[in-house]
Amino acid sequence: MANFTRRKFIQVAGGAAAISTLGFPAIVGAAGGKKVVVVGGGVGGATAAKYIRMADSSIDVTLIEPNTEYYTCFMSNEVLSGHRKMESIKVTYDGLKGHGVNVVHDTVTDIDAAGKKVMTAGGQTFEFDRCVVAPGISFQDNIEGYDAAAMEKMPHAWKAGEQTVLLRKQLEAMPDGGVVAIAAPPNPFRCPPGPYERACQIGMYLQAHKPKSKLIIMDAKDKFSKMGLFKQAFERYYKGTIEWVGASDGGKVTRVDAATNTLYVGDTAHKVDVANVIPAQKAAAIAEKAGLTNDAGWCPIDGRSFESSMQPGVHVIGDASVASPLPKSGYAANSEAKVCAAAIVELLNGREPGDPALVNTCYSVVGPNDAISVAMVYDLQDGKLGKVSGSGGLTPSDSSPEMRSREVQYAYSWFENIKNDSWG
Amino acid sequence: MGCNKKALVALIGSVLMVGATQVNAEPTATMLANTCAGCHGTEGKSVGPASPNLAGISKAYFIDSMNGFKNDERPGTIMNRIAKGYSEAQIDAMAAYFAGLPVYKAEVPHDAAKAKMGAEVYDKSCAKCHDENGALPDDDAGILAGQWLPFLEYSMADFQGGHREMPKKMKKQVEKLSDDEIAAVLNYFASQK
Repeated sequence: MANFTRRKFIQVAGGAAAISTLGFPAIVGAAGGKKVVVVGGGVGGATAAKYIRMADSSIDVTLIEPNTEYYTCFMSNEVLSGHRKMESIKVTYDGLKGHGVNVVHDTVTDIDAAGKKVMTAGGQTFEFDRCVVAPGISFQDNIEGYDAAAMEKMPHAWKAGEQTVLLRKQLEAMPDGGVVAIAAPPNPFRCPPGPYERACQIGMYLQAHKPKSKLIIMDAKDKFSKMGLFKQAFERYYKGTIEWVGASDGGKVTRVDAATNTLYVGDTAHKVDVANVIPAQKAAAIAEKAGLTNDAGWCPIDGRSFESSMQPGVHVIGDASVASPLPKSGYAANSEAKVCAAAIVELLNGREPGDPALVNTCYSVVGPNDAISVAMVYDLQDGKLGKVSGSGGLTPSDSSPEMRSREVQYAYSWFENIKNDSWG
Repeated sequence: MGCNKKALVALIGSVLMVGATQVNAEPTATMLANTCAGCHGTEGKSVGPASPNLAGISKAYFIDSMNGFKNDERPGTIMNRIAKGYSEAQIDAMAAYFAGLPVYKAEVPHDAAKAKMGAEVYDKSCAKCHDENGALPDDDAGILAGQWLPFLEYSMADFQGGHREMPKKMKKQVEKLSDDEIAAVLNYFASQK
C-alpha cells in the first residue's frame, strides 16, 4: 500500500484547504446529484464527457483541461509537410459546453480516489462520484541528454501544438541537401504508425522543396505498425530520400547532443540538420501521482468499464490506459471513452455495465493521393478486451490507386467526423 | 421429465456460473452504433467530406450493405474489414438504431449548375425508384439526398465498373446516361437539403 500515506496526506491537506477557504466555493458541487469529473480534454476525455451527457443529462459533468484550445495529434503530420495548417487541427471546448459539460481550464494537481476529490493548481477542489482520467502521455528518460532544453532544439512534436510548429520551421529553415532524422520510440507508444506516416509526409515536403535532402528513421525497434505497407510507400515514392534503420542495424538512439544536433547510437555519432526525437512514453504524470500506474508506467483497467484496477471509482481511458490489444490511437481513445461513458451512466444509476463494443480505425497518408489504413473490431472475451476474430486488418498491399485515393478521402472524412464526435 | 435432483443441482450450478462470470450479454444497439460514429459522425450524421450519413437509413438497406461488405460482394476500403467483426444479430441491432433516427441531409459542397441540370436527369431516370429526391428511406435504395459527393461518386463508379451489382432497372437507366448527366444527378442528390 505504497499510496496509503500519500492519500492520507491528501485527505488531511484537502480538509485543511477546505477549512482555510471557508465561505468560498472551494468545493465545487458538493450537494447531492451524480457527479463525474473528467481529467484531460484530449479525444478520450472530451468524448467521455460528451457521451455521458448525451446518455444521461441528469449527470453533472466537469471536464478539467489546462488549455483553452487543443491541437489534435492525428493529422498533425500533414502540418509538417505543409499540406495542412495548424488551424485545421485546432479544436475548442465550445461544443462540449453546448452539451452542458462544465469546462474548467485549470491543471489537475492530484486525484484523491478514496476521498473522491480532484484538486487543481488554481486551488479548486472538485468532488466526484466517478472520475475519468484521460491525461495522455508523458516521456521516459530513455535517451541520455534529451531534457527539456533539448526538446526545444530537437522537437518530439508528439504532442501537437508548439512542438509541431517548431519542427515545421526547422524543416523550412533547413538547406537543400540537409539530413532529417526521426528517432522512433520503443513500444508501446502513442500512435504506432505515426513516426512512419511522418516520414512520408516530410518526404513529400523534401521532394517538392529540397530534393537533395534525405530523411533517416532511426528506430528503437525492428518491426513497426503497417510495416509492409510503409516500406512499400518508401520504395514507391521516396527511394533515395527515406531510409529506415532498425534497432539491430544501429537505429536505436541512446544519447543526443542538442548543441550539435547529434544523435548517438552507442558511440556512433550521427550529426543531422533536423532531429525529431520521439522518446519512450508512459502515462502522463498525474496518472502516476494518483496511483493509477503499474511498474511500466501505464494504467491497467477493467475492459468492461475502463475502471482502474488500482483505484476504484476512477476510470482511465486513451493513451494512458492498458487497453491492449487496442492500440494507443485517437479512434481507440474515442471508442474507449464511449464504453467508459456508458458504464459510468449505468453505475451511477445503480445498474451493472453491459458488454462493451469497440473499434479502431487508423489512416496514414503516405503519398500523393495514397493512404493506407488498419482497422479492427474488439469486444470482451472472458473478461478481457480482445480482437473479434475474422475482423479487421490492413489495406491490401495490392490495392488499386483508385482505392488508395479513396482511402485519402476517407481519412479526411474520418478526421472531420472524429473531431466533431469528440469535441463537437 | 420428473424433477431429477441431480439435473436440478446441475442446472442451478450452471445458472450461478453464468451469473458469476457475466457471460456474453450482447452490447446494446447504442453501444454498437457508437463505434461507427468516429467515421460516420455522431448519431450517423457525417460532417464529411466522403463518409455517408447513416442517420435514418432503412433497416433493410443497412443490413444489405453490411452483408455486402462482410461477404466482399460490395467494394469498400475499411468497411469490408470492419463488417466482418459483427454478428447477424449485432448488425440487426445497429440497423434498427440508425433506422430509428431522423434522416439527416448534410450541407454538401456541390456544383450548383450541375445540380440544376441533374434535377431533369433525376425526373427522367431515377425518380421512379429513388423517391422524394432520394430522401425516402423506405424505398430501400439507400438515402442519396444530402450524401457526401465523393461517396456518391464512388458508389456510382463501383456500379458502372461492375464491382457492385446494379438492380436491372437501374442498370437500364444508368446505361442510357452520359458521364455529364451522371455527374449532374450526383450533384443534384448532394445538393438536397
